[in-house]
Amino acid sequence: MSNTLLTESRIFARRNLEHIRQVPEKLTNVTIQPLMFVLLFAYVFGGAIKVGGGGYKEYLIGGILIQTLAFAMMGPAMSIATDLQEGVIDRFRSLPSRRSAYLLGHYMAEMLGSLLTIVILLGTGLIVGWRTHAPFLHVVEALLLLLVFASAIIWVGLWMGILVRSPDAVMGVGFVVVFPITFISNAFVPIESLPNILQWVASVNPVSVLIAAVRTLFGNPVAPVTKHVWPIDHPVGAAWLYSLALVALGWVIAQRRYRARTTD
Amino acid sequence: MYETSVQHTKDPATTKRAAPSSGGGITATGLGKRFGDLWALRNLDLRVEPGTVLGLLGHNGAGKTTAIRILTTLSQPTEGSATVAGLDVVRDSAAVRNRIGVASQQSTVDGLMSGRLNLQTIGRLHGMSKAAARQRGDELLEQLDLTDFATALVKTYSGGMRRRLDVAASLMGAPDVLFLDEPTTGLDPRSRGDLWQMLADLVREGTTIILTTQYLEEADRMADDIVVLDHGETVAHGTPAELKARIGDDRLDIKVAAASELVAAAGALSAFAESDATFDAEQLIVTAPIKTGVRVIDVVRALDEAGIDAVDITRREATLDEVFLALTSDHHNREELTA
Repeated sequence: MSNTLLTESRIFARRNLEHIRQVPEKLTNVTIQPLMFVLLFAYVFGGAIKVGGGGYKEYLIGGILIQTLAFAMMGPAMSIATDLQEGVIDRFRSLPSRRSAYLLGHYMAEMLGSLLTIVILLGTGLIVGWRTHAPFLHVVEALLLLLVFASAIIWVGLWMGILVRSPDAVMGVGFVVVFPITFISNAFVPIESLPNILQWVASVNPVSVLIAAVRTLFGNPVAPVTKHVWPIDHPVGAAWLYSLALVALGWVIAQRRYRARTTD
Repeated sequence: MYETSVQHTKDPATTKRAAPSSGGGITATGLGKRFGDLWALRNLDLRVEPGTVLGLLGHNGAGKTTAIRILTTLSQPTEGSATVAGLDVVRDSAAVRNRIGVASQQSTVDGLMSGRLNLQTIGRLHGMSKAAARQRGDELLEQLDLTDFATALVKTYSGGMRRRLDVAASLMGAPDVLFLDEPTTGLDPRSRGDLWQMLADLVREGTTIILTTQYLEEADRMADDIVVLDHGETVAHGTPAELKARIGDDRLDIKVAAASELVAAAGALSAFAESDATFDAEQLIVTAPIKTGVRVIDVVRALDEAGIDAVDITRREATLDEVFLALTSDHHNREELTA
C-alpha cells in the first residue's frame, strides 16, 4: 500500500515532465539556447578571441557546458516558486507522502533536463569540430563531474525558488547573480586577456575552476593561469571539492528552507 | 449554555452514528493560533462524533480556515491540542494524513495537468496502483459531473469545475474524515445541490465531515452541529435548531411609502416581533425578527388597521450578518456579565 521514497519522488517527477509536455517552451533554455551560444561563439566571436595551445572551438565547449548548467538554476527555482504561489503544495502536504519526495521529484525531473543539455552541447560540439584529447577514463570523469555540478546547481535552484516571493522574481535574481559569475571567468575568453583586477576575480571564481577542470579532463586547451591561487592551480581536485560541497549544502539548505517555508 | 452540548436533533430514524465507522471523530481542546500579535483562533473546543457533520460558520477572517489548517496538519497550533480519528494532529501528523481528505478554499489542483491526471497523481501518492488510481479517479469524475472534461487541462476549467475537482481530489483516498473549506463557493445552485446530496451520502456511509461556510442555509442543511466563529473566538455552538431559537426565526421586511410612516410601521410590527425593529431610512424598510407561528396575513391586517401604506412585505431567513449581530451582541453581553 505505501510507496517507497523513490516511487513517490518519481510520481512528483512525472508531474514536472507532464508540465513540459504541455508547455514545451519550458525546455528552450536547456536546449535551443545553449545551441545558439555554441554557434554564436564558434562562428561570430570566436575568430576575434585568441587562445594559446589550440583552437577556440576546443576551448569553448568546456565554458559553455558549465555556463549553461549554471543557468539551469532558473528552471527548478521557477517550478518551486510557482507551486508555492499556487497552493498546490498544500494539497501535496495534506497527502500521506514524504515531504522530501516532493523536492526529490523536482530534482529528478530537472536532472533529466540537464542531461539533455549535456548531450546537446557535446553533440553540437562534435559537429563544429570539438574533440577530446585525453584517456577514456578522464573523459568519463569529466562527464561525472558535470553531472555532480548539475546536481549542485539544481539544489541551489530549488533553494532559490523557496526563497523568492514570486516566480517573477526568479528571472531577476537569476540574471543578476548567474550572469556576472559565469561571464567574469575563463568561460569564453582566456583570463590573461582581462584587466588586472578582473583577472583576480576570474581566477578565484569557482566557475573558472570548474571550466578549467572540464577542459583539463577533456584534454582541451586551458589558457595560462596568471594569478596563482590554489583552486585554479589544481582545477580537477578543487572542482570536485566545490561540486560535492555545493550538492551537500544545497540539499540540506533546500530541505530545511522548504520545511520552514511550508510550516506555519 | 451551548458550549457543553453535542445533541443530535436530526431524525433519529436515519441515525448516522449507527453506520459502520472506523472511529473518525474529531476533538479539539483550547485550540489557538497566533500570527504575530493577532490571534487568528482562540480557545476552540470541538467534539465531532464519527459520521456527523460539523459546520464552521463565520465571515472571512473569522478563523475557519485556520482551524481547518491545524486539524489537517498544515499548520501548527500555538496552544491547545486536537485529535483527528483518534490521532494527535501534531505528534501523529503523518498518520492523520492517511485518514483525511482536504479541499481547501484556494484551488489546489494543477492547472497544467488534465483533471484525470490530477486525480491519478493524488491516488498514486495515496499508495494506489496506477490502475486503481485511474479507476477511482474516473469514478469521482463521473460523480462530480466532470467526465466530459476528464482529459482537458485544468487551467481551462471554470471556477465551479475547479471547485468540484478539488472535492474529488479530497475524496481520492476514501477518507474517514473530510475537511471542506467553503466547498460550494462559486458553484451554481444545481451543482451546489448535487454536492450536498453527495456529501449526505458519504455521511450516511460513516464519513465525518467538517465544512466551513459563509452561508447559513448550507450550515443549516448539512450540519448536525454548528460552531459560529467571529474574530477567532467561538461565539456560539449548538445544533442548527438551537442556534435558530437563539437568533429568532424569520425576518420580516416592510417597505413603506414615506419616511414618516417608518415609526408607525415599527409600532404595528412590535406585537409580532421577537425584539426591536431596525430601520433602513434610505430604502424605507423596517425589519424585525418575528416570533414563530406568526402569519404574514395578520401582519398585513395590523398594518392596514394602523393606516400604514405598506408597499411591500417580505418574509425571509435571517442573513449571516443578522445572525452575527444577534450572536456577537449576546456574546459580549455575557462577557460583561461574567467580567
